[in-house]
Amino acid sequence: MNVKEGIIIYDVAIIGAGVIGCSVARELSRFNIKTIALEKGPDVSVGASRANSGIVHGGYDAKPGTLKAKYNVLGQQMFERLSSELDFPFKRNGSLVVAFGKDGLPELERLMAQGETNGLKNLSIIYKDGLLQMEPNLNSNVYAALVVPEGGITSPYEMAIAVAENATSNGVVFKFNCEATNISKINGVFSIETTGGVFESHLIINAAGLYSDSINNMLSSHKLKIIPRRGEYCLFDKTESSLVTHTIFQLPTDMGKGILVTPTADGNLLVGPTSNDINDKSDISTTAAGLSEVLSKGSLSVGKLNKSKIITSFSGLRAHLGYDDFIVGEAPDVPGLINLCGIESPGLTSAPAIAAEVADIVSKRLNQAENPNFNPVRKGIPYFRLMNNEERKAAIKENPDYGNIVCRCESVTKAEILQALRSPLGTSSMDSIKRRTRMGMGRCQGSFCSMRALGIIAEELGVDITEVTKFGKGTNFLNERNKESL
Amino acid sequence: MQRELTCINCPMGCQLSVTLEGGDVKNVEGATCKKGIDYAKVECTNPTRIVTSTIRLKGAPLCALPVKTEAPIPKGKIAECMQALKGIEISAPVSIGAIIIENICGTGINIIATRGI
Amino acid sequence: MKKVDVAIIGGGPAGLAAAIGAKRRGIENIIIIEREANLGGILNQCIHNGFGLHTFSEELTGPEYASRYIDEIKKEGIPFLLDTTVLDVTPDKKIIAVNSSGLIELEAKAVILAMGCRERPRGALNIPGTRPAGIYTAGTAQKFVNIDGYLPGKEAVILGSGDIGLIMARRLTLEGAKVKAVIELMPYSGGLKRNIVQCLDDYGIPLKLSHTITEIKGNERVTGVTVSKVDEKLLPIPGTEEYIPCDTILLSVGLIPENELSKNAGAMLSNITGGPTVNESLQTSTEGVFACGNVLHVHDLVDFVSEESMRAGESAALYVLGEQAATQAAIKLEPAGGVRYTVPSTIDPGNIKDKIDIRFRVGNVYKNKYIAAYFDGQLELRRKRLVMAPGEMETISFPKEVFDKYPGTGTITMTIEG
Repeated sequence: MNVKEGIIIYDVAIIGAGVIGCSVARELSRFNIKTIALEKGPDVSVGASRANSGIVHGGYDAKPGTLKAKYNVLGQQMFERLSSELDFPFKRNGSLVVAFGKDGLPELERLMAQGETNGLKNLSIIYKDGLLQMEPNLNSNVYAALVVPEGGITSPYEMAIAVAENATSNGVVFKFNCEATNISKINGVFSIETTGGVFESHLIINAAGLYSDSINNMLSSHKLKIIPRRGEYCLFDKTESSLVTHTIFQLPTDMGKGILVTPTADGNLLVGPTSNDINDKSDISTTAAGLSEVLSKGSLSVGKLNKSKIITSFSGLRAHLGYDDFIVGEAPDVPGLINLCGIESPGLTSAPAIAAEVADIVSKRLNQAENPNFNPVRKGIPYFRLMNNEERKAAIKENPDYGNIVCRCESVTKAEILQALRSPLGTSSMDSIKRRTRMGMGRCQGSFCSMRALGIIAEELGVDITEVTKFGKGTNFLNERNKESL
Repeated sequence: MQRELTCINCPMGCQLSVTLEGGDVKNVEGATCKKGIDYAKVECTNPTRIVTSTIRLKGAPLCALPVKTEAPIPKGKIAECMQALKGIEISAPVSIGAIIIENICGTGINIIATRGI
Repeated sequence: MKKVDVAIIGGGPAGLAAAIGAKRRGIENIIIIEREANLGGILNQCIHNGFGLHTFSEELTGPEYASRYIDEIKKEGIPFLLDTTVLDVTPDKKIIAVNSSGLIELEAKAVILAMGCRERPRGALNIPGTRPAGIYTAGTAQKFVNIDGYLPGKEAVILGSGDIGLIMARRLTLEGAKVKAVIELMPYSGGLKRNIVQCLDDYGIPLKLSHTITEIKGNERVTGVTVSKVDEKLLPIPGTEEYIPCDTILLSVGLIPENELSKNAGAMLSNITGGPTVNESLQTSTEGVFACGNVLHVHDLVDFVSEESMRAGESAALYVLGEQAATQAAIKLEPAGGVRYTVPSTIDPGNIKDKIDIRFRVGNVYKNKYIAAYFDGQLELRRKRLVMAPGEMETISFPKEVFDKYPGTGTITMTIEG
């Protein structure tokens, strides 16, 4: 690490703290590398990593020989270890790719062969009777399915938070509300101007997701273009999660893997996504047409979807490049700019493998030794809802706030909210607390607990209640005291 | 002069056409029962409302104390009444029914607390 | 494990009245378990007047109405736990609750479910658009304004013209915000006429019937909504879009009985009300587990909640004391032709003291129609109503003698006709 006129020159600046940027940050923290992660949003995982299917893909879908195939299969195998080291939810529930007629069989066979080429060993095809035994709520017109035991589910934002917290405790600096506006390279050092100050580094990891084209284009003459591909989802009440145990795919199309029906790692049922290329990278609105497509296509797999059990709908944007693969590597004309672009599905699954590869490239380039103090373990907030009664008694004895339930739908206690507020990344918006505790994520969607949560947050931060936000500047819950405008 | 009203006495919600002459109700049409006629007369000559609101509260876990006008006040005085409540702040404890402001806006009616804190 | 005779889950209007009912029938060992820091439930935030006309023949605000019952609870010395959340109720009436002093395990002879209801959130409506700050259910906003004294925004659009939405339109206006419009999907309002006049008309707030919000705009804070007219099938009509700028959206689009615990207790739920199915004693399908108030079916008037809950408390007491009548064959109540459901859904005439109230809602607006009741096909009652609407709960009472007239009745059909 060099110090120049009082400004720290970081070895590495990661631009973008989604699941990719955070995973890279953690892998770099295994080495003696001074790393800063710059994020334009108010928290980690607020872009594509917040709103996606949360699927750990087996790896049958990507074309053999592509980076997608490589990192998918490698990444998928890393999840057991990662989730146990970092304490985030992961379950290898298995995926099924369902065909509804005999004419779909050749495609299932092709996917199976492709998966085997990619290195999957346990694929099989199962026919109607066996399939319905496995998943009795599938529609009875199913014909056969590809069984992918390697498929799994995780919570994308809980994973990103876990990885980022571990990276922080191993020395990575995270800066929020820092949108890169201009980058130049002077005497071999990158100068990154952001909305939150200027930062300098020797290397840049471009993990800016939807905006990774702009970051690249600030420096490279090899221009990239990311097309935001929007996916809309409906999330169902926990009462519906037992409709299926596997992740149910339909046969894929040119636009992606189609509408899936899956239990989530947190115990809800998720249906989606649609797939539409749009122009506006900030447009995460849902549409009437999209939501109705989610339901109609989801019903093709599971007819029993009960619309009245939807608790929320949302959309996310995938960072789609013009062609069908990731970019992982140095920009040809900008030494030191390592691009991680077009990381759409299976990006979440690939994140651990991509991060390991980047750390390998960077540590060799910087010739840095391993960090002897690296601690791979991160403990998450102990969740009241996941404790048994003996654990609950002990937790309350230790900390009486564990007996104070704030969010009744998800049984989130004041103790958990305070721990989230005091977590190492230091984020304090309502949505940040929500993603760390599940407060307000249940069937009432925060109607009961918002006021109490606002009070707890304001008290802990020592601010007026009107200053508490939903997700950063301009998103305050309360406007003013009664009668102030009279 | 004609005035159109919706009767509030029952779910029928009769649409009342009231003929007024010099402030007096001359005729009410559209009422299914007598209650509608009585309602129209009061509503056109001396409409009143109970006003409920909150005032600021100190020294308690809650920061707003619910209050009301002890009896209906003229409809035209509602805005003035709210203005009068604007700057009021009171310290706990407060008992239910306690008079917070006497004779609000010269109506002869008191503002009282509707909750004990 | 501590033993109680009657455990009441929820200290709102239903739980309070149920406790008083049980006490008056001679039960001493009662406990009320309340999640919030105060008794009174939702009444504490309903600071408007209009409560108590049936019960006390005077017009009270919500907190005043609640205080009458809370005073009674204190006078009777009925024990209650505050800041205590029930986590589980089992079919054999074991209760696990939690508060900051630890887990509480109780074994009750009878349980009264009185948890109330919650509001339908935005997700349940699947309104397209962005997900900015500034979208609240009407009840949440009511809590902000009435309990804490803060306004959620400056310019609001309210979706849904149920009473909470109407009441909040007036509250926001009085406290200094501007309510741009109240949007109602149906061709009629779900709220009381009195509230439409006194909460909207008094302040010149437009009520747009047969309209809905078709898009929410704004990335950080709400910046506006697109409102469209709907056709007879309640689908938006293209070309009728109107944009209304606002920074706040309140949703008043229905209430859902909160029955997660009822399910744990093994109580069967009705698909129509979302609450447990109960018999004449307000007992659910699990013996010794009773339900009352909005957890059973959503009420319009708290007075009816109190009356119903008092009966639930009395029934629970009789059950504990072993004084319930030996069960006769229960008569099934069958809703038909415009009657959506009935509470209760079965009647054992042996347990009727002098009369029984049947409460129900209709599925549409009916003018000059009759409510009719058929005992195994025989017309027993035909009563004219000038108007019936889905927003108004209906009541029909049968005196005990009626059941003597039709011994062995299997089904009573309740219908709208004429």
